[in-house]
Amino acid sequence: MQHYSGFGLLKHSFSHHENWQRVWRNPTPKKKYDVIIVGGGGHGLATAYYLAKEFGVTNVAVIEKGFLGGGNTARNTTIVRSNYLWDEAAHLYEHAMKLWEGLSQDLNYNVMFSQRGCLNLGHTLQDMRDIERRVNANRLNGIDGEVLDAKQVQEIVPVLDCSDRARYPVMGASWQPRAGVARHDAVAWGFARGADAHGVDLIQQTEVEDLIIEDGTVVGVRTARYGEIRADRVGCVVAGNSSVMAKMAGFELPLESHPLQALVSEPIKPILDTVVMSNHVHGYASQSDKGDLVIGAGIDGYNGYGQRGSYTTIEHTIQAIVEMFPVFSRVRMNRQWGGIVDTCPDACPIISETPVKNLFFNCGWGTGGFKATPGSGHVFAASLAKGEMHPLAKPFSMFRFHNGALVDEHGAAGVAH
Amino acid sequence: MFHIYCPHCCEYREEEEFHAAGQSHIARPLDPDACTDKEWGEFMYFRANPRGIHHELWVHAAGCRKYFNVTRDTQTYEINEVYKVGEQPTVVANAIQSK
Repeated sequence: MQHYSGFGLLKHSFSHHENWQRVWRNPTPKKKYDVIIVGGGGHGLATAYYLAKEFGVTNVAVIEKGFLGGGNTARNTTIVRSNYLWDEAAHLYEHAMKLWEGLSQDLNYNVMFSQRGCLNLGHTLQDMRDIERRVNANRLNGIDGEVLDAKQVQEIVPVLDCSDRARYPVMGASWQPRAGVARHDAVAWGFARGADAHGVDLIQQTEVEDLIIEDGTVVGVRTARYGEIRADRVGCVVAGNSSVMAKMAGFELPLESHPLQALVSEPIKPILDTVVMSNHVHGYASQSDKGDLVIGAGIDGYNGYGQRGSYTTIEHTIQAIVEMFPVFSRVRMNRQWGGIVDTCPDACPIISETPVKNLFFNCGWGTGGFKATPGSGHVFAASLAKGEMHPLAKPFSMFRFHNGALVDEHGAAGVAH
Repeated sequence: MFHIYCPHCCEYREEEEFHAAGQSHIARPLDPDACTDKEWGEFMYFRANPRGIHHELWVHAAGCRKYFNVTRDTQTYEINEVYKVGEQPTVVANAIQSK
């Protein structure tokens, strides 16, 4: 792998940047791998990267039906935070946050992780009680957090309407300074480049049509393009299509796939240097380095695999943003899109063994998977390498929906659920 | 944006008047005390999530406030039929889709 550096940039400028090495290979798959990962999004690529780098399993293939990072990795609003209420979830997201903090150096790829802080606004007395409880829980878990009053919020975000003329006046907020945003595509590309450098085969444009299961054990996958590809272990990281994959394996998952929409405005001058989320008014916004406002809110209420949603949902999102930021009322929107999110009844992921031996699922991240990308990949890689779930992943077994040990994160999961 | 026919109002209305209320035809176990944890968990949390034909409840929240069933394709978003609670769908997934 070509090492990226300032010196390299200078060196390549002499040849007009025409001699850069390809970032990853485009290999033909082998007949057999130690581990096959189905799904080449951020989580799947992170899994492959950590498998090869940390756990020494390099005979790995990532099989992707489209192109790398073209699903929800390309469609989210790039927010990274770890201020979750319950210990199990807080530990998992904080594990990811710690990996984020060294990720650009680790990957030798600039993922543009910017710890610009995240505000979760409170507009009612109950909001403020919940915020105090969550911030205290965070601090007990070693996660940074503060409770701010409306005046302090106004100091951080001058353009936010903190007046008492608002329909739902801001009473305060939780503030996580280490939270922020990252460049979503760079995360997928960085992990892909790192995985490829460690010998992982990234197989694109190849749809898995079926899982090959013999005597209750998965032994490989069947693809239209390359036929059967065998593997000792298979990990499915297919987000919105997880239920479809589970059906191939003959079991059900407690997931529902919904469209989640987001939109960006035209680029404007820097005006918002942090992330602002409001569960109550129901919207969130940040500003990208390019200058566009990145805006999102809730899922469309119906099930859908169409990667698009309804106009009414967008309208509600924009109403919330204008309610919070009256100054944005004349900003024009540039693009709007949808992704398919696999929502779980308790707003927590499923990182789990399954009824089929050697088949593992990492899914159910719903509306908040991006922030967990490195952590999710790391614990899933550890689980796939050892054939036994990582301690941080254990509470997120799919069997929790049978024994009742749910991790109810609907509060901290935020706006989108 | 859906244009949904409410079988109670006998009119097409815009999606904004309605609210999706999840999967249809879920039968509550007749004897909950006799359920195993697995059966009860599946009744509580496991919902059909097909890519294709799906039967779901909608409520005409800003209209007559009554519930009814919709058969809809979750891939194309096409609404195949609308029928009242207690009736059975006529459009159902074929064997390949329901595999």
